[in-house]
Amino acid sequence: MSMPAIKSEATAVAIPTSAAPVVMMTPKPAPRAEKYVKMSKEIAVRVVPPLIVLALLMLFWELVCRRTGSTLPPPSRVFKDTKELIFDPFFDNGGIDKGLFWHLSASLQRVAYGYSIAAIVGIALGTLVGQSVWAMRGLDPLFQVLRTIPPLAWLPLSLAAFRDGQPSAIFVIFITSVWPIIINTAVGIRNIPQDYRNVAAVVQLNPLEFFSKIMIPAAAPYIFTGLRIGIGLSWLAIVAAEMLIGGVGIGFFIWDAWNSSHISEIILALFYVGIIGFVLDRLIAGLANVVTRGTALN
Amino acid sequence: MQAYLKLDHIDKTFTRGNATTEVLKDISLTIEKGEYVSIIGHSGCGKSTLLNIVAGLTGATNGGVLLENREVNSPGPDRAVVFQNHSLLPWLTVYENVKLGVDKVFSSTKSRAERDAWVMHNLNLVQMAHAKDKRPSEISGGMKQRVGIARALAMEPKVLLLDEPFGALDALTRAHLQDSVMALHQKLGNTILMITHDVDEAVLLSDRIVMMTNGPSARIGEVLEVPLARPRKRLELATNPGYLKCRQRVLEFLYERHRFVEAA
Repeated sequence: MSMPAIKSEATAVAIPTSAAPVVMMTPKPAPRAEKYVKMSKEIAVRVVPPLIVLALLMLFWELVCRRTGSTLPPPSRVFKDTKELIFDPFFDNGGIDKGLFWHLSASLQRVAYGYSIAAIVGIALGTLVGQSVWAMRGLDPLFQVLRTIPPLAWLPLSLAAFRDGQPSAIFVIFITSVWPIIINTAVGIRNIPQDYRNVAAVVQLNPLEFFSKIMIPAAAPYIFTGLRIGIGLSWLAIVAAEMLIGGVGIGFFIWDAWNSSHISEIILALFYVGIIGFVLDRLIAGLANVVTRGTALN
Repeated sequence: MQAYLKLDHIDKTFTRGNATTEVLKDISLTIEKGEYVSIIGHSGCGKSTLLNIVAGLTGATNGGVLLENREVNSPGPDRAVVFQNHSLLPWLTVYENVKLGVDKVFSSTKSRAERDAWVMHNLNLVQMAHAKDKRPSEISGGMKQRVGIARALAMEPKVLLLDEPFGALDALTRAHLQDSVMALHQKLGNTILMITHDVDEAVLLSDRIVMMTNGPSARIGEVLEVPLARPRKRLELATNPGYLKCRQRVLEFLYERHRFVEAA
């Protein structure tokens, strides 16, 4: 009876001393295959549910639009009609008869110009309004009124001013996306903690250093929130603006397809517009994460 | 006696709309070079305002601050501040936080390599060199305050201003950091002005304790010399009669003659 008791006591003592180093020193390296399985599981968790929902929606769409007399084509028809456009996005027959790649890149170019100007002007004006009480009192009411004007309402005015479609479209992008950038930057600057200002004062940073070393990094999460809203709005505005100005661009492509009753092409274009809008948003969010090292307000 | 830092008849009145509040009334104090002076008082008595005036972050209504007989009324690295909540810039690493001040102060007198060495030297002084590439969010509260101290020390200030530097720390970390500050003061001989509301801390660290009356219109109520030899040891002092007597004096001042009255 006493033998097993002693034995178990001995093992009980031995376990912590011998087991501890084993746990500490060799953190069991997971086999590579196991790691891949785990990774693919994680990916599956994210990808499978939206795929299932998408498949169900497509099925529903197919069933509803398959009936004769339906006004919209079912997905199978869309694919059949637009196969050429999907598989050859790079053709160029001159004029506006180009592949979707060229239309999208023309639209993206306009957005890039307008949005870049909006980012620079927006951050500069936002800093001014955030920093100076007088600038805020003077400019803020103006901004609050101007920002409510719908993007397309600016188009006739800018066409009158620039007398050309390209700069007008860029202006509409600019004027659409600049407001959220201004307002968010101003809020970010206003919210810089007094502590950081005190540090800057004790170290005696000059205004330029204060701007680059304290203001911009401290307000960066807010600025990027503004930039993200801005990119979304400019992508919204470009399609509408291009419908009116014509020429090469995804907006006019859609309008042109409507005029020629190519409903399938409209659906394909909408699909691309959505995907690119999503990618643009993720791009700015990713940039925010890199720049602010994960402190952005996501 | 040649005053190194002189607070000369400082009054401070805050005005908001029509309401004016007199916070500080006729504060005069002289501090010698190398001296460690604490200012103690109940919360709301204006001690932080006083420190901000010395730092130049707030202007005095009347009177002024003289450092080596020159009036100072704007902030500068000669009066570096260790802030209560450390105020490290979260987007910079520990090293970069210290370097920010060093680059400004020694831009013309030290080469790039010398500045780098100086930053590391100061991080070593507070035993934080190992965390130089960490960001403030990745280190503990006590460590942050150490970096705050290194940042202030690295500017080679004439006067080091500590604004309740240990207030936000737990008791054990606080004691540890107090010992570090004592050792640094011993080693570097800085002139230090510290704001505190902790009686033990004031007696342990200071050469003189300035006790302030309650606001509004807070004045200097009493100045107590702490005649304890340095280096001081926390454990030995616990039973030292001189220490206990000083402690008693401060406690009497704070809790008998100038009890804290909750503002109505």
